[in-house]
Amino acid sequence: MANLLGLLTFGPDGWGDELLAGTLVTIALSLATVPVGLVAGFFVALGKQSRDPLVRVASQIYTTIFRGLPELLTLFLVYYGAQSGVSAIAAAFGGSFQISPFLAGMVALGLVLSAYASEVFLSAFRAIPAGQYEASAALGLHRVRTFRLVIFPQLIRLALPALSNLWLNVMKDTALVSVITLNDLLRQTSIAVGTTKQPFFFYGVACLIYLLLSMAASAGIWRIDVWASRGTVRR
Amino acid sequence: MTAVAADSLTAPKMLTRRFSVVGIILIAFWVLVVLLMVWALARSITGDRFETYGWRFLSGFWTTIRLVVFSVCIGAVISVPVAAGRLSKNRVLNTLAYCYSYFFRGTPLIAQLFLIYYGAGEFAGPLKSVGLWWFFRDAFNCAALSFALNTAAYQSEILSGSIRNVPHGQREAGAALGLHKLVILWRIVLPQALIVALRPYGNEVVLMIKASAVAAIVTVLDLMGETRFIFAKTYDLSFYLWAAVFYLVLVELLGRAINLIERRITRHTMRRGQ
Repeated sequence: MANLLGLLTFGPDGWGDELLAGTLVTIALSLATVPVGLVAGFFVALGKQSRDPLVRVASQIYTTIFRGLPELLTLFLVYYGAQSGVSAIAAAFGGSFQISPFLAGMVALGLVLSAYASEVFLSAFRAIPAGQYEASAALGLHRVRTFRLVIFPQLIRLALPALSNLWLNVMKDTALVSVITLNDLLRQTSIAVGTTKQPFFFYGVACLIYLLLSMAASAGIWRIDVWASRGTVRR
Repeated sequence: MTAVAADSLTAPKMLTRRFSVVGIILIAFWVLVVLLMVWALARSITGDRFETYGWRFLSGFWTTIRLVVFSVCIGAVISVPVAAGRLSKNRVLNTLAYCYSYFFRGTPLIAQLFLIYYGAGEFAGPLKSVGLWWFFRDAFNCAALSFALNTAAYQSEILSGSIRNVPHGQREAGAALGLHKLVILWRIVLPQALIVALRPYGNEVVLMIKASAVAAIVTVLDLMGETRFIFAKTYDLSFYLWAAVFYLVLVELLGRAINLIERRITRHTMRRGQ
């Protein structure tokens, strides 16, 4: 047991620093994905309740595709597809360009997240009574201010529980990006396993680190929830 | 639900319905994508490509279905004691069940798969001596086992949540009629709980279908695995598109089926003519 724990020390003999670096990549990827996915998902949700049936259909197609595809397949399609597309364009200009696994992961997970988030935002929009819009219009607020001051605070509060689940999903899905050679926590763990031949121990440690990340994320979400419901009375 | 769309950024509904420029552009984009896909898909099955790889592809599809069916069914069996633990008043059982479900829901499925698949390799000796090595030697079994353990955690949450959702008065009424605890559970609580649970269960199966693609990483030749194999041979991206079509059709069909079943089992709650 002592020599197993010795494998986790920092320094040339231990894998602690590699695992830490991988953890930071995992955190960075999920933090980079979430804003992209949420903003995109928000606009898709707006599209789904547009007056224009064409916009509605287009947004619905988007959701159906990216909620139906396996995350891993989306990742491969983005990584290899974008790679061949970008290389073709770069070759036409006589250069070469490599899509980084981080960027591909960010785009792919962002697409998946936005598809799920759009459904969350949509149901949150529907849960806001029409009277809120009417009251705001009666006060003479411009529609942008209506949104910012009246709708958005309620929207966040309604959407937050489901969004927090999506956030946790994104963090778990980042493990998939290790397959396209991003040096995240899981890949660093696999490298450590390849050298030390201790798969059970190292993958167990990786699982525990993911658990800790989930807990930290839950704690963060709880803080946001407190902030978002500051104007309401707890029942 | 009101018919008034809670349209956030736009003025109240106009009576004229015109297609906006944005809508036309977006639809044109999708039409273009579909045309490109059809072209790529058609190109990939012309010639001897289909004869060489078509059957591999279909057998991969079949493997995916087997994998999902096995893991969801085994997971359903495992989820019953876990859900019982989650609902139990015994603090030890409750904590154990909670930790199980927290661990499997809080860590990535792919990490759990690696833990079981590669971890089993480490314990090959002991596993051989207890006669279980034949099971763990096969990547398919390892994948099915880890998926089953994972989905059991989610299914136990669905099950315990929907049972908790049944109003307490229902149990009390059953008790007042002198029914046995198990009869109350079987005839009163579960029928009501499962109506609520159907949709989450359906979602869980859909998530499992999508998550099962991960098995390809540990050499299982499921739909994703065969696609990766063919891609490695041909460098033809359109096989990934074929895989995408198969996954999408599978998931959509399942979603439709769930809708039908839900309509059927909630027909007593519908008003006539609704």
